[in-house]
Amino acid sequence: MTAPPTRRAPGAGAGEGARQPAQQASSSGIPIPVVATAGMLRGVPLEAPGTYPFTRGIFPDGYTGRLWTFRQYSGFGTAEESNQRYRFLLEQGQTGLSVALDLPTQCGYDPVDPMARSEVGKVGVSLSTLAEAEVLFEGIDLSRISTSFTINGTAAIVYAMYLAVADKHGVPREKLTGTIQNDILKEYVARGTWIFPVKPSMRLIADSILYSNEVTPRFNPISIAGAHVRDAGATPAEEIGYTLANGLAYVDELARRGGDADKFGRRLSFFFYVHMDFFDEVCKFRAARRIWARLMRERYGVEDERAQHFRFGVVCGGSSLVSAQPYNNIMRVTIETMAAVLGGAQSIFTCAYDEPFQIPTEFSAELALRTQQVIAYETGIAKTVDPLGGSYFIEQHTDRMEEAILKVMQEIDDYGGVVKAIEDGWLQMRIAERARERKLKIDRAETVVVGQNAFRRADQSEEFGEVFRLDPQASRRVIERYESTRARRSHSQVERALARLQQAAAKDGENLMPYIVDCCHAYATVGEMVQRLKAQWGEFQEPVRL
Amino acid sequence: MTDPAFVSALRGKRILIAKPGLDGHDVGAKVIALALRDAGAEVIYTGLRKSPDHIARVAVEEGVDAVGLSVLSGSHRELAGDTIDCLRRAGAAGVKVFLGGTIPAEDFEFLRGLGVRGIYTSAMPLDEVVASVAQALAAQAP
Repeated sequence: MTAPPTRRAPGAGAGEGARQPAQQASSSGIPIPVVATAGMLRGVPLEAPGTYPFTRGIFPDGYTGRLWTFRQYSGFGTAEESNQRYRFLLEQGQTGLSVALDLPTQCGYDPVDPMARSEVGKVGVSLSTLAEAEVLFEGIDLSRISTSFTINGTAAIVYAMYLAVADKHGVPREKLTGTIQNDILKEYVARGTWIFPVKPSMRLIADSILYSNEVTPRFNPISIAGAHVRDAGATPAEEIGYTLANGLAYVDELARRGGDADKFGRRLSFFFYVHMDFFDEVCKFRAARRIWARLMRERYGVEDERAQHFRFGVVCGGSSLVSAQPYNNIMRVTIETMAAVLGGAQSIFTCAYDEPFQIPTEFSAELALRTQQVIAYETGIAKTVDPLGGSYFIEQHTDRMEEAILKVMQEIDDYGGVVKAIEDGWLQMRIAERARERKLKIDRAETVVVGQNAFRRADQSEEFGEVFRLDPQASRRVIERYESTRARRSHSQVERALARLQQAAAKDGENLMPYIVDCCHAYATVGEMVQRLKAQWGEFQEPVRL
Repeated sequence: MTDPAFVSALRGKRILIAKPGLDGHDVGAKVIALALRDAGAEVIYTGLRKSPDHIARVAVEEGVDAVGLSVLSGSHRELAGDTIDCLRRAGAAGVKVFLGGTIPAEDFEFLRGLGVRGIYTSAMPLDEVVASVAQALAAQAP
């Protein structure tokens, strides 16, 4: 957000005689003109939607051919509870699942591990073996619904588990659609669920992508995500810049492994946050589409247009939502969703208003889904492609956003590339500094957050509405099923599958996916598989810099 | 920006900022660490995924005056309690423990009962957090 109209404490007379400051800039630091004019444009004719380099969208018919996917992130406690919430959301018109996994599953620990203590089933559902996946997807037709997993360190394992459960359901693998996040580079920077060092992690990602291209051709085996660095502190331009830089690192790795960019390029997807600086949000997507298309064509010689397409999902809310006057968050998410649609998103997740302080209740989760439905079906916003295209301001701001993003990418190149920037902790420190700037601007009310640092009521108490209660017995039930699964399985079969996985991990160049799928079918646990790979590869050593 | 009064209260104080458990959201911890350092404290940061036992051991080895825990995963009740227990068992019951993160107001009383000296959420201005830590540590001086 830009500076407020005046430096006076807002709430006390804000609105009376609000005057423009001399210099105004967007949250990416891009100057914003009071009036945009034709003279500010670069004079390059704008291509039609669906035409290279795709500024106006990747499809010629926008959302009239196909609406974006309504994909609400959800999962908690036991597989039964999460399965129930999924069925509820699907009955309410949700069109894709998005599975939240607990931290032990994300970091590769079994629920009984001392490190997992107190974290089982907390921020997502526990998925320690195929037995959990069987319950999680019970009664859900995997050939008709697309499923997204926010999973990174253990992405290859969770993907293998999804294949195994589809096998059990009798659903042909080639029919499966969905996404695994599988973007480890940003985990080292912002989200922290890394396990292995960079090199073997990149191998595992390349393995899963190349395997998926053959076995599940309609599945997105990676979602290169800027959302987490953004929510942590990066500006919109940095969010896109860092993410595209990571994207190029994956493309390089896949090419090194002999992958065909015209083929794997079609299944690369991206994921971002949408916060409140409306035009930065819209224009960062327009700019990103053309930067990516040009990179794929000019740097990698990609001819297939589908492999030049910058396809992305978004999440609206995150740290733009606050606990103070929490119902205001509903308006914030509504506005952010409109920015996502005007930016041409392929899937949208709208945060519930109570996410700053709890796992959403069924009520708040439904309201978040309804927000998308109101925008999609009542406003007419989806009837014409890129309706903002051609506006003096939008086109100028898109151009400037493109320059800002390319500058961020150049800085990383100058440093020595994204992997070096991560291994040195340089990028992590940049994000922390940005986070601090953002925080200080809010503390000083230079960035207005209504209800928090402006327009507070004297009698304002924290009103939280309905409270979500995690079943305190959930963790015990997770551990019970874990123990009973381990007792029931064939130990020799598990041991054989794990040993073969470890042997394959020792050899560079062998694709690990078939071995991981075998382990899942044998009901090996996530922790067991991760232990074998750690024994071979070691663990990432976090650069701790302040 | 930082009030000189906090600087004098925090100068020479050693503070360990720690991430217990598996939660990987470390930006809040780093922002607080930077703010405390600018206010005159010597700050050590553990990095991610440390057990309460490890945190207590580092606190003793480094001779810190305070430990600041950062938890956004909802496991703050268990992790704060375990860290305080580990400090006590390590003979460092005098080390003051602070907590930041996604902490529901309804848990404040329970956490204070465990011995947590200050609880900070993301909405709280940095200056207030620094002032509150400085005040708690000043009270400790003989």
